[in-house]
Amino acid sequence: MSIDATTPSGKDKPAGSILNDPRIRGFIYQAVTLLLLVLFIYWVTTNTIENLKRANIASGYGFLNGRAGFDVGQSLIAYSSDSTYGRALVVGFLNTILVAVAGIITSTIIGFLVGIGRLSKNWLIAKLSMVYVEVFRNIPPLLVIFFWYSGVLAVLPQPRESLALPFDMYVNNRGLAFPRPVFDSGSQYILLALVIAIIGSVLFSRYANKKQMETGQRMPVLWTVLGLVIGLPLLAYFAAGMPISFDVPVAGKFNLTGGSVVGPEFLSLFLALSFYTASFIAEIVRAGIRGVSHGQSEAAHALGIRPGLTTRLVVVPQAMRIIIPPLTSQYLNLTKNSSLAIAIGYSDLVSTGGTILNQTGQAIEVVTIWIVVYLTLSLSTSLLMNWFNAKMALVER
Amino acid sequence: MNTHQTNFVRTAMIDQSAPPVLDKGYIAWIRKNLLATPLDAVMTIIAVLALAWFLPPAIKWLFIDASWTGGGRGVCATIAQGGSQPEGWSGACWAFVTAKFDVFMFGRYPIDERWRPMLVGILFVALLVPILIPKIPYKGLNAILLFGVLPVISFFILIGGVLGLPYVETALWGGLMVTLILSFVGIAVSLPLGIVLALGRRSTMPVIRLLCTTFIELVRGIPLITVLFMASVMLPLFLPQGMTFDKFLRALIGVSLFASAYMAEVVRGGLQAIPKGQAEGADSLGLSYWQKMRLIILPQALKLVIPGIVNTFIGLFKDTSLVSIIGMFDLLGIVRQNFSDANWASPVTPLSGLVFAGFVFWLFCFGMSRYSGFMERRLDKGHKR
Repeated sequence: MSIDATTPSGKDKPAGSILNDPRIRGFIYQAVTLLLLVLFIYWVTTNTIENLKRANIASGYGFLNGRAGFDVGQSLIAYSSDSTYGRALVVGFLNTILVAVAGIITSTIIGFLVGIGRLSKNWLIAKLSMVYVEVFRNIPPLLVIFFWYSGVLAVLPQPRESLALPFDMYVNNRGLAFPRPVFDSGSQYILLALVIAIIGSVLFSRYANKKQMETGQRMPVLWTVLGLVIGLPLLAYFAAGMPISFDVPVAGKFNLTGGSVVGPEFLSLFLALSFYTASFIAEIVRAGIRGVSHGQSEAAHALGIRPGLTTRLVVVPQAMRIIIPPLTSQYLNLTKNSSLAIAIGYSDLVSTGGTILNQTGQAIEVVTIWIVVYLTLSLSTSLLMNWFNAKMALVER
Repeated sequence: MNTHQTNFVRTAMIDQSAPPVLDKGYIAWIRKNLLATPLDAVMTIIAVLALAWFLPPAIKWLFIDASWTGGGRGVCATIAQGGSQPEGWSGACWAFVTAKFDVFMFGRYPIDERWRPMLVGILFVALLVPILIPKIPYKGLNAILLFGVLPVISFFILIGGVLGLPYVETALWGGLMVTLILSFVGIAVSLPLGIVLALGRRSTMPVIRLLCTTFIELVRGIPLITVLFMASVMLPLFLPQGMTFDKFLRALIGVSLFASAYMAEVVRGGLQAIPKGQAEGADSLGLSYWQKMRLIILPQALKLVIPGIVNTFIGLFKDTSLVSIIGMFDLLGIVRQNFSDANWASPVTPLSGLVFAGFVFWLFCFGMSRYSGFMERRLDKGHKR
């Protein structure tokens, strides 16, 4: 560059020096990439249009209004084979969300237990947790799904020989039957009471914090909150004349009647995703807790804080800062892995979409819907995560 | 009287006495590791009870009650199910796994030609082992042979059609062989591609950066099964009439592209951890961009993220099992296909086959993670603070 500056201005620059200018070079590289990309897209588009014309497939999303003509195993909203393709996709989407949320809750619980277990001073617990993690982390999730589906649930007894579980639940090779709550009129008051209790708890804990800041006195927050959240709805339940009853499954001669049933597809997908993801969450939790330096808890002890409070006020908040970001990506992985449902025929988004794709041949549209839905889930989660991270980040002076 | 001495000085050493019995040997170990606190004691009791409930039936099912030999479903079914086992019997059907072992390894590859995948396997091991053992020299040559020459030779050996070898179409390939080919090619493609994508994402050129970022985020945001669907149903739409890809190749492309997006993020993590001074130092020495990356930045960055890279490899290895959904027969696919073999179908066959497949997958993944731990400790020397 400095050589360029000293060249006489009237003279043409030598050709080499322009090509050696990183800015111009970068410009050329980008132009070439862009050109190649545009050519590639043009080539793909013309091919696609040609192919679609030959296969006689009209592009566009009009097909979503057509009659689906296939049944789904399990649906959260009213659906029959006369419903539209669009509704089938909504059913699939809701099923994806259902299994993802259920799996996230269970895997978090198992993962935290196992992760803390690995750090336990109890040798047996630590080793058992290690075995759990090493087994489930190194086996494909699809295999775990099949393990539950064709290995365990398929060899359970027939419905008439159902195995009885506690709380009036039954399990057989058609799935798990459990009591279904029936809400009569008046149950809306219970919900109202619950909402009031939650709002009241939030307000009370804020007030208690403020009071503690001012006076140093700590109010019994936990017991008050528990009393509110459990007590108020219970009170409303009795005040409204006990409006909730349970429709209990009863073992009949050939089949179970009454209650709700979740099929073996949902159960095996749910169990497999929970156990598989839990092994990863356990490792994240372990790393998070070990990431809090020992000096922190030693300092807390030196200040005379009790061990339980040290964990709650010193270790956990700092560990959560390390745990939360990878935990979120595990939740996303679980949601994406729920697409393995297609292997056992649980009607999730990919599975219903696959059926529609086979029936209509609208490959591009269906795949686009998949991509948009999953991308929306991922991107909204990572936005939420970034916000959370910024909020939790260490404020340094 | 006055000879009475009140003070006492011991002149000889007394023998060492044994430590208190509670502080010694296995009793002390149990007290310290299993029964330290009341809570610990309760947890230990719960764990022991759980083990006592779970382990004996599992061992009984896996080994004692298992039928190890036999030529058909008879040995794995009770009398009521049309077999020879007593009523209420349940045990693993290892006879099924033994009988189908060759199929699980090679799929429907012609029996007379199975020496070919075996030969490739031997070559692979012969080239892989020396590259894994740090002491053996000529790593560069070894890597070229393993990642450059071996794939080409293997391709021709496996598919045939040259040198008098009969042609074997990829639809006949199957079993562990397919799993290993998919993961090996996936690994060999995704690492360089991931590095390029990661460099592109950190590039100063906006167009390149945007392209790489879009690709990475797009692929990472969707499930692999969608990518495989795209490769199997959308790719034919994108290509001109008459131009087709082999199904196997399409799956390979899908898996490799998917893994390279994840690899890119891992490598980017390593690149971000390298202090800026390193790049500036390389610039001041007058190194070109690629020299700077190859000689200064990447060796440090890649070393930092070895655990992440191996984790991606393990993920890729496990993910290859998904190709069974788009109708290919990898290890899991072929095991599942054989459940329905009329000669072997019985209630315990699926579980036995899945336990076997799970064990094979587990062996490979566990081996990889152990090796990565070993490498990490080896490379970590001198960096501990």
